[in-house]
Amino acid sequence: MTGRRFRFVGKEVARPDGPDKAAGRAEYIHDTVRPGMLHGMIKFSEHAHARIVSVDTSRAERVPGVRAVVTGFNTPKLRMGFLRDNVVLKRDKVRQFRDEVAAVAATDADAAAEAVDLIRVEYEPLPGVFSPDEAMAEGAPLVHEVAPDGSPRTDNALPLTFHHDSGDLEAGMRAAKYVDEGVYSTPLIQQSCMGTAGCIAEFDSAGNLTMRAKTQIPFLAQRDFTRALAAMGLPGRNVRVIVPVLGGGFGTGLDTHCYEYVAILLAWRSGRPVRVLYDRHDEFAHLSPRQSSRTRVVQGCDGEGRLTFRRLDVVQDNGAYAAWGATYPSVMLLPATSLYKVPNVRFDARLVYTNNPYCQAMRGYGNPEVTWPIESSLDHLAEQAGIDPYDLRRINCNEAGELTPMGLKITTCGLDACLEATAERLDWGAKRGKGKAVRRGVGMASLVHVGGGGKIYRSDGSGIILKVDDFGTVYVSYGGVEMGQGLHAVLRQGVAEALGVRPENVVVNRTDTSTCPWDVGTHASRGAFMALNATILAADKLRARLFTWAERVFPEEVRANLKKLRRKDPAFAPPPFDLESACKAENFDLADGWLFLTSAPDEPWLRVEFGRLLRAIHFRDRGTMFVEEAFYEPDTDLPDWEKGYGNMSANYAYGTQGAEVEVDVETGQVRIVRMVAAHDVGRVLNPTALKGQIYGALAQGLGYALHEEIHTDGGRILNPNFTDYKIATAPDMDFPIELVFVETDEPSGPFGAKGVGEPGLVPTAPAIANAIYDAIGIRIRDLPITPEKIVEALRARDAGEA
Amino acid sequence: MPKTLVTLHVNGATYEVAVKPQDTLALALRDGCGLTGTKIGCDMGTCGCCTVLVEGRPVLSCLTLALEAEDWQIETIEGLSGAERLHPVQEAFATCGGSQCGYCTPGFVMTSVALLRDNAAPSRDEIKAAIAGNLCRCTGYAKIVDAVEKAGSDMRSADAGATPPTTGEKDDAGIQGRRQTAAAGR
Repeated sequence: MTGRRFRFVGKEVARPDGPDKAAGRAEYIHDTVRPGMLHGMIKFSEHAHARIVSVDTSRAERVPGVRAVVTGFNTPKLRMGFLRDNVVLKRDKVRQFRDEVAAVAATDADAAAEAVDLIRVEYEPLPGVFSPDEAMAEGAPLVHEVAPDGSPRTDNALPLTFHHDSGDLEAGMRAAKYVDEGVYSTPLIQQSCMGTAGCIAEFDSAGNLTMRAKTQIPFLAQRDFTRALAAMGLPGRNVRVIVPVLGGGFGTGLDTHCYEYVAILLAWRSGRPVRVLYDRHDEFAHLSPRQSSRTRVVQGCDGEGRLTFRRLDVVQDNGAYAAWGATYPSVMLLPATSLYKVPNVRFDARLVYTNNPYCQAMRGYGNPEVTWPIESSLDHLAEQAGIDPYDLRRINCNEAGELTPMGLKITTCGLDACLEATAERLDWGAKRGKGKAVRRGVGMASLVHVGGGGKIYRSDGSGIILKVDDFGTVYVSYGGVEMGQGLHAVLRQGVAEALGVRPENVVVNRTDTSTCPWDVGTHASRGAFMALNATILAADKLRARLFTWAERVFPEEVRANLKKLRRKDPAFAPPPFDLESACKAENFDLADGWLFLTSAPDEPWLRVEFGRLLRAIHFRDRGTMFVEEAFYEPDTDLPDWEKGYGNMSANYAYGTQGAEVEVDVETGQVRIVRMVAAHDVGRVLNPTALKGQIYGALAQGLGYALHEEIHTDGGRILNPNFTDYKIATAPDMDFPIELVFVETDEPSGPFGAKGVGEPGLVPTAPAIANAIYDAIGIRIRDLPITPEKIVEALRARDAGEA
Repeated sequence: MPKTLVTLHVNGATYEVAVKPQDTLALALRDGCGLTGTKIGCDMGTCGCCTVLVEGRPVLSCLTLALEAEDWQIETIEGLSGAERLHPVQEAFATCGGSQCGYCTPGFVMTSVALLRDNAAPSRDEIKAAIAGNLCRCTGYAKIVDAVEKAGSDMRSADAGATPPTTGEKDDAGIQGRRQTAAAGR
C-alpha cells in the first residue's frame, strides 16, 4: 500500500456534523422532547455506607404533577454492572453517596425536584472504608457482604485477577546493574463531557422500549436493557437504542448507568416517556469518575542500558461497584509488557471495593496510570546508569516484528521515529540537563496502545450497511458512535475512497440499533479502524455487483451518450472502440461518482454518472438496487487475563511526547514552554480530525498532570463543579504544540491507519513530570503535580540540605 | 410557584414566555422559545456554553434571570445564520474543526462574534483571552483559536470586497516522510 495514491484519504474533508453544530441545530439528549414526556429525578444516598431502614415516599406522591415514584421496594430488582454487583434502586444498604434510593417522574422538573426533597429515608449508618488500604485492612467493614451469586464475601477485593509473569524475573533482577524503584499514584478525575448525561425511556403499547441514550455502546446497552425488561416481567420485548448527538464521551458511555434503568422503571410505571437529565453537579457527584490508582514500579537495566526486568504492582480504588473500568488492568498490561523491550516482566493488579464513588472508564483506560510510573522511573534509571534518558529509550526501543512478552504482535512500529522527532524538536541535546540554574527543563515519555481494536469482549467486530439511492447518494449505517472525534468525517472519506463516490454524496445515518448492524462499542481507539475496515469489505462487494450489472447496462448508457452527442453534433464520430468486448466486470472502475472503463478513463462518452447508472439498473425489467453489508472482525485474541497473555489488537500505536517547562521555585507554578507530540498513526486519514484528537487528548493529559483532581472526604465529593475542579482553559493551552505524525502504513489498518483516539493523553503527564525533574530536580510521584506539592518538596529539600 | 408572562426580544422576533421568578434566561430561551441552540453546561456560570448576546454584549444566560431580560435585545446562535448561509464565525468553526462534540460551540461562537465586532483583527492572545471563560473538553482550543482567526480574516476580506482565502489553517503538523513497511513474514 506504500505509495498508494488516495483521492480523499489524508485530505481535508470537512466534518458532516460541523455546520449543524456551529449553527446550534444539532440535537442532543437535552434538546429532545417526546409527546407527554415526564421529567425523572433521583433521590441519592445521604451516607457513604448505611443500612436502609425505611423509605417513605408518601409526601412525594402527593406533589401535584407527580406521575410515578419508584423505590427498591415497589419495583423488580434490577442488577447491573460489569460484575452485576449493583442493584439499580437500593434496598438493603447504600454503599456510596451516589447510590440511588428512589426516583420520581413528574410533569415538570420543579415538581420532580420538590417530590425528591420530600422523600424521607431512614438510615442506620455503618463504618465505611475510603481507601484501598483501609478496605484491605484486617477486620475492615465489607462493602458487599455477599457476592451477586449469593455466596458470602470475606474481604473487599474484587473477584478479578490480572496477572502476568514472563521470562524469569529473578534472573532479570540479577542481570540488572542499575535498579529504580518508586511508588506513583494517580487521582480520581472526571471525564468532564461538556454535554451532561441523560436519556429518554419510552415504551410503546406493546411494551417495547425505545431508549435515547448518551452511550458509546448501543448494542451492549441493548443487551443490558433487554435483560432489565426480562427482570421486569417483560421478556421478549424489543429494545431499540437510538444515539443522539453526543456532547462528548471520553469513556462515560462504556457502561449502562443506574439513571438509565431508573428512567426505564419510571416510564413503565407511568406509561409516559421519561427523561432523566444530569446537571453539572450530578455529572460530578452521580456519574462515575476515573479510578484512582497506586503503582509500585521496579525496573532495572544492565551496564549498557538494556532493560532486564520490570515489575509492576497496581492497586486500583474501584469504589463501591464494578463497571467496565474494573478491567483497566487489561490495558495496563500493554505498557507493562510492551513499552520498550523488556524481557522479564511481572504484573499484578489488585482491585478493591471502597465506599468511594464507583468508577468507570475514561480515555486511555488504565494506560496513563501505568505509563506514568514506567516513564517517570525510566528517567531515574537513566540517571543511575549515567545514560541520557533519550538514549536509554532508544536503546530499548520497540520495533516491527517483535512478539512482546504479552504476546502482542508488533506489525509496524514508529516509536523510534517518534522519539527522534521529539528529541529534535525539543532541541533535546542543547536543552536537557541545563535547566537547574534557569529552572527550565525538558522531558519526554512514550506510549503503546491498541491501534487495531482491543478485544476484551467475545466479539470485537463491527458491521456496516451501505445503501445507495437512485441519485447516487450512499447512506451508511454503522453501529459505532460519533461523539466528537470525527468518526462520521472519516466514514464519509472512507466510503468515498473505497466505493468511488464523492464525500459529499455520503450520508452517515444516526446510530440506531434497529437500523445499524452490531458493533461492540466506540472505545479502545477503534472507531475509525473498525468502521473503515468494514467499509472496505462492503464497498468491495458493492462494486463487484455493480460492475457485473454494468456489463449489460453500461453499453446501453454509452449508446445513449453517443445519441446525445450526435444530436448536438451530427458529425461526431467516436474513435473505433469494441464496446461489447471491453464491458467485462473486471474492466470497470468507479471514481468520483463516475463509472468508466479502466482502458479508456478519459473518454467523456465512455463515462456514466453513478446516479444515472443506478436508475438504469433499477427501473428496468427485473431491475435491482444496491444495499451491501459487511461484518469485520479483526484477527485478534481475547487474552487470558490470569496469564496476561494474548494479542488483543490487530496493531499497536506507539508515540512520544516531549515537554519543555519553566518552574517558578517561589510559587511552584509550572509554565509549559512548548510540547511536542509525535504519534505513529499508521496513516493520516483526516488531518483536521486527527489534530483535534491529539490536541484535545493532550489538553486532558495536561490537566491530569497539573491540576485535575476530585477531592473526597469520607466518600463525599468536595468539588463537584468547574470552579473547584479545573479542566484546561484556553489560556492554560497558551504554548506551542508541535505535532508529528509518523505514517507506518499498517497492513491491518484501513488505508494503513491505526487508532488514535486515546494515545494523545497517555504520555503527557510523565513527559511533563520528567521535564519538571530536569528543571528543578524534584520528583513528584502523585498526580496532579500542583504548585503546593512542588513548593513543599523544594522546602523539604532545602531543609535537608541545611 | 405562579408564573409571570415576560416578553423576550430574541433574534428580532418577540416571544411571550411564562416564567417562574427563579427561571434563568437560558431556561426561558430553551423551554419557552424553543431555541435549544443555547446550551446549559453547568448552570452556574463556569463553562460559557449558554453565552448569548444582550445588546451586543456576551452574557451568561444561566446567570441571568428571565424576568430581567424583558425588553432586552437578545441574540442567540439561531439568530446568526439564515436558512442557507452560516455566519462567517459559524462557517469557520465548521471548517476548521473548531467544533468536535459541538456542545460548547454555540457559546464559543457567540463569544467570538462579540469579540470580532469589537476587534476585527484580534491576535491569537486576544482570542484566547476572550474565550477564557468558555470551556471545551474536546479540542484543546487550538482549532477554536484557528477558527476565530479565520473568521476574522474572512469577515475583513468580505468587508473589503475581496475574495476570502479558502483556508486560514496553518500546516502545523509535519507528516514524517519516512514510510515504514510492515515486517514481513511474522
